[in-house]
Amino acid sequence: MDARPDRRQFLRVAAGAAAGSVLLTVVPARAVPAATLEAIRQVTGSAPVQPGKVSLTLPPLSENGNSVPLEIRVDSPMTEAAHVKSIHVFTEKNPQPNVVDVHLGPRAGRAVVATRIRLADSQTVTAIAALSDGTFWSASVGVVVTIAACAEEL
Amino acid sequence: MAKGMLNVPARAARGAVIEIKSMILHPMETGYRRTQLGAAIPRDIIRRVVCTYNGTEVFRADLHPAIAANPYLVFPTVATESGTIAITWTGDNGFSVTESAAIAVE
Amino acid sequence: MAAAALGLAGAALAADAPAPDRRSGYEFMSRETRAMQDDETANPGLLWVREGEGLWRVKVGAAGAACADCHGEARTSMKGVAARYPAFDAARGGPITIEQRINQCRVERQKAPALAYESAELLALTAYVARQSRGLPIDVGADPRLARALETGRALYHRRQGQLDLACAQCHDQYWGRKLAGNTIPQGHPTGYPVYRLEWQHLGSLQRRLRNCLTGIRAEAYPYGSPELVQLELFLMWRARGMPVEAPGVRP
Repeated sequence: MDARPDRRQFLRVAAGAAAGSVLLTVVPARAVPAATLEAIRQVTGSAPVQPGKVSLTLPPLSENGNSVPLEIRVDSPMTEAAHVKSIHVFTEKNPQPNVVDVHLGPRAGRAVVATRIRLADSQTVTAIAALSDGTFWSASVGVVVTIAACAEEL
Repeated sequence: MAKGMLNVPARAARGAVIEIKSMILHPMETGYRRTQLGAAIPRDIIRRVVCTYNGTEVFRADLHPAIAANPYLVFPTVATESGTIAITWTGDNGFSVTESAAIAVE
Repeated sequence: MAAAALGLAGAALAADAPAPDRRSGYEFMSRETRAMQDDETANPGLLWVREGEGLWRVKVGAAGAACADCHGEARTSMKGVAARYPAFDAARGGPITIEQRINQCRVERQKAPALAYESAELLALTAYVARQSRGLPIDVGADPRLARALETGRALYHRRQGQLDLACAQCHDQYWGRKLAGNTIPQGHPTGYPVYRLEWQHLGSLQRRLRNCLTGIRAEAYPYGSPELVQLELFLMWRARGMPVEAPGVRP
């Protein structure tokens, strides 16, 4: 687990292409890994990402990182005029940051998706929703991952 | 023998939002594991899941190695008309499985 | 009761009357994992059950026979079967597990090669057969012909072994409910087998799990199908008698 001494909340804005995406997200004073920021930037470009509208549900304590249930709901009428186009999930301590990219649209009726993911370690999972009006919304959840007691030989 | 499971309600009211539940047997080998002798085990995952409703795509998901083995995916769709809901899983090494189910919409 | 029927072994085994606080591993799991087991559309074990359902009807071997040819519909013919295994096998003069019985049918009746332990086909057939006993109480070990094997199984359960010099009984009788590496130690009842273990990301047999435990205490794991593992299975199922079968279960 993280042993960083100061966990003050601060608003981080990384301006300009050189520094990566403009991430208007309130995050604790742990650094979001560059790979995760880059993966997010691939989706959002230079657009701001605001916390809100997205409800990300994961168990706070997982019995096994091989299979962690995840559900995402986005507050949206899912009409032709106003809907969620896609939802993207990212991790920070997995070997690579992307988890899943879900493409919805008005035919979905509701913006909800559930699946089971792998978490390599205790970490923060982030879900970002891309709306039809071009805005991006996010939610993040921390999960503590425990390890099984008796592993086996391969 | 069907390798994939697709659960769709048999009937629904027109315009109702129904829940589609899917699951398929697949190891989702990440590509990060090694054998005891240190040899890399190559990635072998399902990359894409597409759901069509009477031929029209209504849902698509791109999966990465962080999706758990035997991928489970639940998503909604509007019951627009009677017909066939189909789901296709494609991935590495030419993996391709399609399952379909009928739905009666009144 | 069971004690009288078991003769010499009676005295020792009578002390193992079902404890009032017996709990399935299900009760030690998180809410999410329990939901995964309970939901027929989310339990990965059912993927193997479906494979088994298909294999049940496939004609194999020199005899060109399918399981269905002799056993008909598994829903009726296999109901309650897994709840009674390991059972006594006259040919062996001792206990036989479900996997071994399936292979006995394969080799002797279907004239087909035996299926390897933990192979896709054997897991599928075992899962399909075990599924037909879901909800039924485990009923194993009362057969007096199994008395000696049962006592050997019990001795194995209580025997300290491995570099960590631990016996099954120490974790699963004495320390159940406490933590080991972040997981809660269960009582070790095999109610969910074959089980989808999250750690394996795969369905597996009780013998696979027992071998994991043995590796965990740094003991040399008995080989699949060995008398020791069969005796342990027999003892564990007897110890869990009366508890409902949960196959295919989900466990961390």
